[in-house]
Amino acid sequence: MRSNAAPAVAMTMIACLVRVADVHGAGVDPVVLDAQKQRVEAVRRCASVAVSIFVGEAGGGSGVLLTRDGYAATNFHVVQSAGPAMTCGLADGRLYDAVLVGIDPTGDLALVKLLGRDDFPCAELADSDLVEVGDPCFAAGNPFLLATDLQPSISAGIVSGVHRYQFPAGTILEYTDCIQVDAAINPGNSGGGLFDARGRLIGVNGRASFEKRGRVNVGAGYAISANQVRNFLGCLRAGRLCDHATLGATVSSGADGRVVVSDILESSDAWRRGLRYDDEIVSLAGRPVRTVNAFKNVLGTLPAGWQVPLVVRREGRREEMLVRLAGLHAPAALAAIVAGQSGSDGKEGDSQPRAAEPPRPDLPVAIRECYESRAGFANHHFNIVERDRVAAALAAFRDTLPAGPWVLTGRLATDDEFRIELSDTSATIDLPTGTSALASADDFGRSPVPPGSGGMLGALVLWRRLVIEGPAAVGRTIYWGTAPRQPAAMGTVDAADLVDVLESAASGVEARFTVDEAGRVVAIDLWASPDDDPCEIRLTWPAAAGQVRPMPVRLDVRRGGEPFGVFHVDSRNEATAGRGDVP
Amino acid sequence: MIRRSVSMSVTSVAATVIVWGVCGWSAGPCHGGEPGSTQQTAAVAARRVVKIYGAGGVRGLESYQSGILVSPAGRILTVMSTVLDSDGIDCVLDDGRRFEARLVGIDPRRELAVLSIEGADLPAFDLTEASRVSAGTRILAISNLFGVAVGDERASVQRGVVAAVVPLEARRGAAEAPYTGEVYLLDCTTNNPGSPGGALVDSRGRLIGMLGKELRSSASGIWLNYALPLDELVRGCDAIVAGTTPAAVAAPPSPADLRLLGIVLVPDLLDRTPPFVEAVLPDSPAARAGLRADDLVIAVGTRSVASRDAMQRAVGGIVPGDPVRISVIRAGAVVECEVGPRPPENSPARSAP
Repeated sequence: MRSNAAPAVAMTMIACLVRVADVHGAGVDPVVLDAQKQRVEAVRRCASVAVSIFVGEAGGGSGVLLTRDGYAATNFHVVQSAGPAMTCGLADGRLYDAVLVGIDPTGDLALVKLLGRDDFPCAELADSDLVEVGDPCFAAGNPFLLATDLQPSISAGIVSGVHRYQFPAGTILEYTDCIQVDAAINPGNSGGGLFDARGRLIGVNGRASFEKRGRVNVGAGYAISANQVRNFLGCLRAGRLCDHATLGATVSSGADGRVVVSDILESSDAWRRGLRYDDEIVSLAGRPVRTVNAFKNVLGTLPAGWQVPLVVRREGRREEMLVRLAGLHAPAALAAIVAGQSGSDGKEGDSQPRAAEPPRPDLPVAIRECYESRAGFANHHFNIVERDRVAAALAAFRDTLPAGPWVLTGRLATDDEFRIELSDTSATIDLPTGTSALASADDFGRSPVPPGSGGMLGALVLWRRLVIEGPAAVGRTIYWGTAPRQPAAMGTVDAADLVDVLESAASGVEARFTVDEAGRVVAIDLWASPDDDPCEIRLTWPAAAGQVRPMPVRLDVRRGGEPFGVFHVDSRNEATAGRGDVP
Repeated sequence: MIRRSVSMSVTSVAATVIVWGVCGWSAGPCHGGEPGSTQQTAAVAARRVVKIYGAGGVRGLESYQSGILVSPAGRILTVMSTVLDSDGIDCVLDDGRRFEARLVGIDPRRELAVLSIEGADLPAFDLTEASRVSAGTRILAISNLFGVAVGDERASVQRGVVAAVVPLEARRGAAEAPYTGEVYLLDCTTNNPGSPGGALVDSRGRLIGMLGKELRSSASGIWLNYALPLDELVRGCDAIVAGTTPAAVAAPPSPADLRLLGIVLVPDLLDRTPPFVEAVLPDSPAARAGLRADDLVIAVGTRSVASRDAMQRAVGGIVPGDPVRISVIRAGAVVECEVGPRPPENSPARSAP
């Protein structure tokens, strides 16, 4: 007998709400009818974007659609045993082939893509930092894999707690900064959406506190916050095996309640930026830190590789620094966990509502076309998709650029003049301190010029090559994901201001290019050696309106937290750059 | 007739939903909490709930529970439990401040305890308006459930309804719960570690009860979600403060054989509770043999006993009139006590003080 009691109950509730509105509408306070109408609409929206995931014969869980072209979030522990292919059902009553895109094993997130349509219904991602205790919420999903008729179950409740920290319980799955709800979260709800009163996505359900009654809801479920999902979405779309971040330092709570650095790795970026033992952590990534849990909460929402502001207090003085976050795991260790050599176990207590592992089926044709296995990736196919997308954005911008050598002249902040010339075969930079040159055949890592910059000229050569010839011309290039446009402004501006990042290795160096939505490179980071501080170039472009100018107006070059130079570029370059004339 | 009863139930579901709509479901985000909203009610009430940390931490016994502030000077009402059986009871307020608490007293019948912290101008519930609510009342339950909130993190808030007002018939392990008065049965999963001692408030944030200890129904064995009504809290609190309840824990019921010897073991709370001596009745065979509270019994005669149950079986197996020799560990050393001949079953039992 098929068990579909839960969706039936949900549907009955909707049906009777509608009926009450029809039959008794005249005698009921309009406020009540409005609230009811809103709730019916919210439930309809939740149901329409809910994905019922079926993996093999026995397994499965839930998911939630994020984009019109079928990207859906779910839990890592739902897809862990699935392999690249799964079958997903929507409330429209249809089954869709779906392919694994990216995974974040530590944060228990995964991205899958439903195939076959470009007009899927999708959830509106809300700002989960605005969620308050007491807010109404809905969980939509496939508890106990009841959705054999593909109709999701909806459970209603309130938000019981926000910014909860749930330490890893016998696994590496760490729930940080999560939303606690009393809406029923049962096995099978994993990966499904948590929605607010308007049906906007505030989280991805994935964990519950279980106790003496067995693996059923006891009034405490936990959802990964929508903001954490947003932070990782770019890295997941890259098809990568994403890692969480570490500061390279541990913190503990002092006797007076301050959060202080109790240990720090001297090889960490934080150490090089000046973080020391006993420094009091004031804020991280723009969010205040008052407890150890709050520190872990903020860190847990950030992908490895992001650069974030850190504010500490030392001897009564505030110190601000921009810190690069390292990976929590060695790549091989993470891959081993994903391969199941260690990881989830069936421990009691807090644990993930996961189902039994099914046998892996052969890949359907539709999946084979969008799946490519490669080390370090969950699905390398999608990395190429995203890399090509960014390449197209760069190409669109290319038409406005001069074709020949690029000449940038102007004045430094010190009012001294500078001149930079970049061509296919060579590059030179004239500074008051002297002239430096590179040939394109040079090993940039061995000659990071100009001296003290960490490799500014090499970074600019690669920038020109990327823009003119595309990602393939700067070596082995992958789509890395997304990162904040302005890390220094995190917490003060729109935190959702994320832009694409390409990562490449060539000419003895590693480089990262941050590309904005217009296809302009806004940041270049170049590592002449992997354990050293990179050369960081931030490019400021003219405001788009009215003025067409193909070159940046300003370059800020930093290394190791210290400014190397601020380059104000003359506007007359646009006339001369194309011909390579000396201005 | 059948059709009629179905349609009735549908109507009642709809009615419940409508009440929700009026009271709790405000449209859209109401950040900062509009007056009367669930968000604001929860925020105000949660400031009066404290997280309590004490003894425990072994399997099956949590070392944390909840409590409610009932006076601005720092009087805290909570449930009487093994968590309080500690030299250092810590209370963490909603704002993260940590206080060491003093145990003022207990009410063994209602299983309540009053703690005191050195505070001033603390947010507190008002215990004076002690009226009952009826079944159907919408409630919020605010507690330290599962200990998920620490420091200045807010206690967990759950929503539900008073399902019934009924006498409590419940047990903990093998023992019947001492309180048999009326409780609120809740349509809300509050029977979780850490929840006991939490606040039950109505939709306006007024205290109406306290979440009770983890108990199962005597009849069905299911875990009960219930709360002690406010009027019982007030009576219990008043009695504790006035000193009119027994100051010590009443001896838990002990099997006849052991009670006849004058031995009271610790309550049977775990699967294999170790046979620690909770108390020795004065002027009993055990007292005369030199047995003391906190002794850990390791053998009865030549039989080693690893649990409370094993000890009971061992003593029960001794023929009345035969000598009883009990070996205990005290301060790291084995001590042997000759308790004397086992009394017959019908000898007058001594009552606990």
